[in-house]
Amino acid sequence: MIWDWDWTLEILPDLLTQGLLVTVQATLGGAVLAFVLGLFLALLRRSRRAYISRPVGAVTEFIRSTPLLVQLFVVYYVLPDFGVSMTALTTGIIGLGVHYACYTAEVYRAGIDGVPKGQWEAAVALNLPRHWTWLSVVLPQAVRRSLPALGNYLVAIFKESPQLSVITVVDVMGLARELGSERFRYLEPVTIAGLFFLLIAIPASILIRRMERRLDH
Amino acid sequence: MTTINPCGAELPGTLGEAMPFLCRGAVVTLQSTLGGSVIAIAIALVVGLMATSRLRSVRGVARAYMEFFRGTSVLVQLFWLFYAMPILTGYQLDKVGAGILALGLNLGAYGSEVVRGAVQAVPPGQREAAVALNFTPYQRMRYVILPQAFVAMVPPMNNLLIELLKTTSLLSVITVTDLAYQGRLLVNSGSDQLVVFALMLVIYFLFSYLITLLMRYVEGRAARVVGRERPRRRRSAPAVEGAR
Amino acid sequence: MTTETQPGHDSRAESERQWMIRFDKVVKRFGDVTVLRELDFHVKPGERVTLIGPSGSGKTTILRLLMTLERVTSGTIEVDGRYLSHTRRGDRLVPADEKHLRQVRKKVGMVFQQFNLFPNMNVLRNITEAPVRALGVPRDQAEAKARELLELVELADKADKHPSRLSGGQQQRVAIARALAMEPEVLLLDEVTSALDPELVSGVQNLLRDIAQQGNLTLLCVTHEMRFARDISDRVLMFDQGQIVEEGDPEQIFTEPEHQRTREFLQAVLDA
Repeated sequence: MIWDWDWTLEILPDLLTQGLLVTVQATLGGAVLAFVLGLFLALLRRSRRAYISRPVGAVTEFIRSTPLLVQLFVVYYVLPDFGVSMTALTTGIIGLGVHYACYTAEVYRAGIDGVPKGQWEAAVALNLPRHWTWLSVVLPQAVRRSLPALGNYLVAIFKESPQLSVITVVDVMGLARELGSERFRYLEPVTIAGLFFLLIAIPASILIRRMERRLDH
Repeated sequence: MTTINPCGAELPGTLGEAMPFLCRGAVVTLQSTLGGSVIAIAIALVVGLMATSRLRSVRGVARAYMEFFRGTSVLVQLFWLFYAMPILTGYQLDKVGAGILALGLNLGAYGSEVVRGAVQAVPPGQREAAVALNFTPYQRMRYVILPQAFVAMVPPMNNLLIELLKTTSLLSVITVTDLAYQGRLLVNSGSDQLVVFALMLVIYFLFSYLITLLMRYVEGRAARVVGRERPRRRRSAPAVEGAR
Repeated sequence: MTTETQPGHDSRAESERQWMIRFDKVVKRFGDVTVLRELDFHVKPGERVTLIGPSGSGKTTILRLLMTLERVTSGTIEVDGRYLSHTRRGDRLVPADEKHLRQVRKKVGMVFQQFNLFPNMNVLRNITEAPVRALGVPRDQAEAKARELLELVELADKADKHPSRLSGGQQQRVAIARALAMEPEVLLLDEVTSALDPELVSGVQNLLRDIAQQGNLTLLCVTHEMRFARDISDRVLMFDQGQIVEEGDPEQIFTEPEHQRTREFLQAVLDA
């Protein structure tokens, strides 16, 4: 038989505990950073001061136009030169988070633009201070509109997290590669890793599509 | 005035050290992008149209394909094609071939969704008019539906092609000697990291920009074919890439 | 004109009791389109004024200017003796800053055609948010006041509901309560029943009629409902092409209009 079941059973527990834990940490860490930083980027991007909005727009565009992998290299190789030392996982979370923040910034921006003009006008008519207009009227509505797209990015971050294995993070993929290189046989570990991503990503996407439909109504 | 070869070894300092290698890598990156795009667009058209079929089974096959390739990451698919598939099938692809195939299969799945969406967004009256004129199903698609859907496809396709370009960097992991590979090699052999990484990022950015320019041109042409003004739209990330 | 040389606070003493709202040669242009042409008009404290006229005649723009949702192209507006969107610097008038706007806006409230309730808050919070955030009223006081207002608009049982659960008429009544919670001296009503289903119109109109008769609010109302205009107002201004073509008490305007445009307009509205 081509498929080695004994080895499969041997490596499965490690992949599903050790590897999964790191993958989940990377995904959630990256997502939290992307969701928070993205909101700030979106607000800066909307600033009326051109010397703020222009550079922020240019930098986010640049990051969106260049590969995550190379950005991970930058964080991994260059930051230690400036005296910042972090674990590979932290490095990876920062890389993922910053990269996807540049995408979520666009999501939030569309969400903010989608808040009807009448809401702003009602806030003016009620003499609501500017910051409260944002905090209690605009952002709650904008974030709600952004939720489905943010959900999609959560799944995207999850699916792209295996790239962290390139900078030595031992997530599901990193572990699979390690195991594979020990015997020089990648069939079983990489297939398991692939199935693992499928089994989580597909139901997650379906859930998000359902959420999207519910928000539409 | 002498022209300066941007890839020449005679450039000063780290530039002269790095650019010859980066340029060689950049060529491989471009080739992979091109190869991946051809496969991805072909798949997108076929699978995307299948997804609009009236036959449940055809739609089902298309859906399964899209869900499968969008459900895992490219890196895993790449590894599987290059390292795992040979064990199962005994057939070994060379690394560039495996890389291009993985890119095409993965981005093709996203592209299918774009094609499906664009075709279904063509007003039903257009199809009905084509039926009334007794066009064959092929003629309906070729002369009525697709030209109109095509305009709507271009902006999201632009985003996907940029994603594809960025994704080629993963081929370096299976030792394809692309831009990311050459850059990392330079860094590992002691070149100034900051300069090398900056050069890499700038080259990738220029390629992205090139794709956008190209697609804008295509969009303008396509819009004129169906007699529409080219919509003034900036590159909008969320619409499609929300899926990625 | 004397107002040019004696504006703002200086003229307050004499104008205070005289005018609540005062437009002086107000011009408003959107691009090439002139919506208001050197408009002059005054509203006394407690007066209830209805603006009628064909759409595009600039009525809504007047309300939006008063609410500082738009800025004048030239001319000045005073509310209770203070410049609305200008301040004096030396002997020149300069556009006012946000701080000044916040001060004058305290006196003005507005009810919109499309209600513009905040969908992310329940009814009670819609009413209390501005008093708490803008005026610094303690939340429990604001809520007590809001419940009184909900009593007034007969929606006391809907305090915890979200706006989307209410009918258009109920939403508009909440919007009225929300505007009143800020205790404005001037209330602007911008076609408040136009977006309502016909059977819900009278409820909102009756409420406004009560409010108009009880308080000493200055009301400025844009409407296409001539009966309502007649019931609610002390004075009616007929607008056409950014100018007042005729004004008078409702009886006179509606029964024996003098101006040809007014007659045509009323005829068209009654036929509709």
